[in-house]
Amino acid sequence: MKEVEVKELQELLNSFANKDVYIHLETTNGAYATHFNENVFNAGAFIRNARIRYELGKVVGDAPHRVGLKMEHGWVYAQGITHFELDERGRLLMAGLDYTGKLAIALEISETPFSY
Amino acid sequence: MILEQERQILLVFPHPDDEAFSCAGSVRLYANMGVPVTYACLTLGEMGRNLGNPPFATRESLPEIRRAELKAAVEAMGIKDLRMMGLRDKTVEFEDDEKMVKMVSDLIEELNPSLIFTFFPGFAVHPDHEATARAVVEAVRRMPKEQRPKIWGVAFANDTVEKMGEATINVDVSTVKLDKLKALQAHASQTAWMMAETTKRVEEGQPMSESWLNVEKFYLIQHEDEIDQSINSASL
Repeated sequence: MKEVEVKELQELLNSFANKDVYIHLETTNGAYATHFNENVFNAGAFIRNARIRYELGKVVGDAPHRVGLKMEHGWVYAQGITHFELDERGRLLMAGLDYTGKLAIALEISETPFSY
Repeated sequence: MILEQERQILLVFPHPDDEAFSCAGSVRLYANMGVPVTYACLTLGEMGRNLGNPPFATRESLPEIRRAELKAAVEAMGIKDLRMMGLRDKTVEFEDDEKMVKMVSDLIEELNPSLIFTFFPGFAVHPDHEATARAVVEAVRRMPKEQRPKIWGVAFANDTVEKMGEATINVDVSTVKLDKLKALQAHASQTAWMMAETTKRVEEGQPMSESWLNVEKFYLIQHEDEIDQSINSASL
């Protein structure tokens, strides 16, 4: 993955629009957040291989970036995206890596299901 | 303490690196004594957060990296039989409880271990650790008392000593310290930052704390019917 280049990422988001796609969306503080700091309220969400179809996908310019997908009946968005790549299997992988290199959020889009 | 000869050892942990942090030295000592060791590793740590910045992996490439690290780590520990159980990181507690117990029961039936290493329920911090430990303890509890293997539980919740007192099983692993370090280093995607910090401290003349590197601590997990018996025999 490399740091977000807005124009390139926007083109990739466009390329998945109006197709049935599988998504992986994940936010996390890490399972040990409360172990290391009792004041942390640990919350996160994870969805993998949900099938969606979006009509408009957009990455917003200022970093860390926000990526939103507008669907016929709803929305998907991710905040804090810093890195992206189109992997060797044609999947668009986006992630938000914090200052220590730990993943805080991931949003991935693929025309084929992700592994289990 | 001096380790007794065991018939067969079984490790049950959910993530590649749990075994290295918990019992790498003890397992190496047993392997050196000729005890066969099987490690059932439930997931590939697919949800590990450390991808680096700049990143060395993606969410999708991490599992294969960790699979290779796991293989190198078990080699350093002298484990010949590695089972990757195919569950997904952070979902273990949501699996069917009976399916989890059966998975452990099947391993026990096949291998007939005399000693099992896993986490200590209630003091294992990570939900996957807790779910793994619950399944192991329940599988063993269902066995006839005289056939049960011992379970050595790893506990590291912040309130462990406060609630349970100091660990009763302390294994001196100083003679296999280098193998333990090798196992930890094998999990580079998880431990590189820690190993770098350790190297720095060693260079500065402050080696990693003796207690952490040289002694591995466990609590014997006892079932209710066993505790009752020991109370009864003590009162006789």
